Amino acid sequence: MTVIDDTRPTLGYHLVWAFKDGWTITTRGLVHWIRNPAVAIGGLLYPIVMVALFGLVLGSAMTVEGGGDYAEFLMPGMFAQAMANGVMGTMAVTSSDASEGVTDRFRTMPMSQAGVVLGRSFSDIINAALELIILLGCGMAIGWSWHNGLDGALAAAGLLLLLRFAMIWVGIYLGLLLKPEAAGAAWMVLFPLTMVANTFVSPAQMPTWLGYVAEWNPLSATVTACRELFGNPGVVDGSWATDNAIVLAIAWPLVAFVVFLPLCMRKYRRLSR
Amino acid sequence: MHALVADGLRKTFGKTEALAGFDLRVKEGTVCGLLGPNGSGKTTAIRIMATLLRADGGSARVAGFDVARRPGEVRRRIGLTGQSTAVDEILTGRENLEMWGLLYHIGKKRARRRAGELLDQFGLTDAADRRAKHYSGGMRRRLDLATSLILAPRVLFLDEPTTGMDPRNRNEVWSAVRSLVDEGTTVLLTTQYLDEADQLADRIAVLAALPGAGGRIVAEDTPDGLKAMIGGDQIDLVVRDAGAIDAAAKTLARVTGSEVDIEPDERRLRAPARDRIGVLTTVLRDLEEQNVEVEDVALRRPTLDEAFLRLTGQHIPDDAKETR
Ligand SMILES: Nc1ncnc2c1ncn2[C@@H]1O[C@H](COP(=O)(O)OP(=O)(O)O)[C@@H](O)[C@H]1O
Ligand SMILES: [Mg+2]
Repeated sequence: MTVIDDTRPTLGYHLVWAFKDGWTITTRGLVHWIRNPAVAIGGLLYPIVMVALFGLVLGSAMTVEGGGDYAEFLMPGMFAQAMANGVMGTMAVTSSDASEGVTDRFRTMPMSQAGVVLGRSFSDIINAALELIILLGCGMAIGWSWHNGLDGALAAAGLLLLLRFAMIWVGIYLGLLLKPEAAGAAWMVLFPLTMVANTFVSPAQMPTWLGYVAEWNPLSATVTACRELFGNPGVVDGSWATDNAIVLAIAWPLVAFVVFLPLCMRKYRRLSR
Repeated sequence: MHALVADGLRKTFGKTEALAGFDLRVKEGTVCGLLGPNGSGKTTAIRIMATLLRADGGSARVAGFDVARRPGEVRRRIGLTGQSTAVDEILTGRENLEMWGLLYHIGKKRARRRAGELLDQFGLTDAADRRAKHYSGGMRRRLDLATSLILAPRVLFLDEPTTGMDPRNRNEVWSAVRSLVDEGTTVLLTTQYLDEADQLADRIAVLAALPGAGGRIVAEDTPDGLKAMIGGDQIDLVVRDAGAIDAAAKTLARVTGSEVDIEPDERRLRAPARDRIGVLTTVLRDLEEQNVEVEDVALRRPTLDEAFLRLTGQHIPDDAKETR
């Protein structure tokens, strides 16, 4: 069915309002973050506990393939894992907005519907940047640092945010698909996916088949690329996936984005089925 | 002039037929109460007319525009307060209204002014700067209602605005709705309670999903007309002694001139009481003369179940009973 509207505003009008409405919704997301730090800190608690546990307690017992300090090895993995876990936040908000009347209200208003998703992604990216800054600080506190200059560090941060950006679209899709209770339980499925990666140990130290999965896990690409760009240990030449980690760390999120953006749009339209 | 016209709306979800030919006309500036038990299709009808859901068949015009072809025009002229509230708990009442105002594209200054006006109108000024998390159910509902009024809509949809509320909160919402109507808004509200429709509506449409068929309007009239159709008020009598049930039933039948409904286990008798007080005093006097002891007596509105029984010849299925 085609929707005919007599006003037929221009593309420019649509774009302007998409960004204006998007910004209004972004401010809402930021106010949530500031007023409800428990949620944001809760999300950060996991990587911080892991850093404490693995970096400080078990650190001396852990060996890094190719040699090097374990905390230095671990931190890029923690950054990437925090970005990947961000999918839970996007999913939770999307799903609760849809089950409360919020999404319905958006849809009965003469506002820009693209602004709704735009706002969601702006605010999630800004939140993710704030979280990343906090985690970088934590890393430095336990002796992690970058060694390839600011350029490399910024490039790594860019890759991490790109991963988070892809997760926004996965999160919106799953949030529209699942009821809030199911969205909460999705953790059980996502957690192992983020664990079977090169975050804590190198795939070479895993059983062969598991190592293979971990090596090709999209998360591992971002982790390896960040280790390389930050100049942290643990990058051992060998497989194609490792040699081309930076390319993969760009390609994987883009693929996810290209797949999930149309899925999200379709799902959003299908709310009226 | 009709603010709202629905013609033969049909909607099926998988195997469930939610609406099977829904017809309704609501005159501008009036309140229509859409009365029906759980699952009769009230929400489905409202969602189609509020552009949230596409009908499988039929058409609807709201404020002069077809909902399927001109959803944008319809959206500029409606407000919806859905069954679940769209209140952001982390924001304050004022911030909620200001945010929605911006999203209605009325600009920062006007959004701020409108928020102030609406908070005032709904008695929320004192709580304006508290987070909505701390609001009572009634306050949340009023805030949600206020949000739907930012643009002063021509047509307002209210989906079960008081379900699950205590009487005080319910009264707050009712008076808010009444003041809107005074300003000329056309309101379509759904409810499971006959007394609510009676209190607020100019006309009541009864929606029923009969077994094997989807929801459709089975009666549409003024509250008085509808009450006349379903027999108006009831006298509800409990006698102390089970042995006196027969005598009491005879008296009740004679005075009311109607059939008496008896529940022997509860020693309860019921009959329509058109002339309310007249029936009550006559029945009590006659029973006293016969030395029948009355344990309890009341005049009350028929329940939705009784109204349904009269209108459709069927009881409301147990799983669709009102939830209050
Ligand atoms: N999204 C949906 N998917 C499947 N069935 C639905 C959906 N929405 C409503 N229904 C079904 O359609 C019927 C009418 O529902 P609804 O309009 O919500 O009734 P009411 O608001 O009067 O309680 C019910 O049998 C309900 O289970
Ligand atoms: Mg409903």
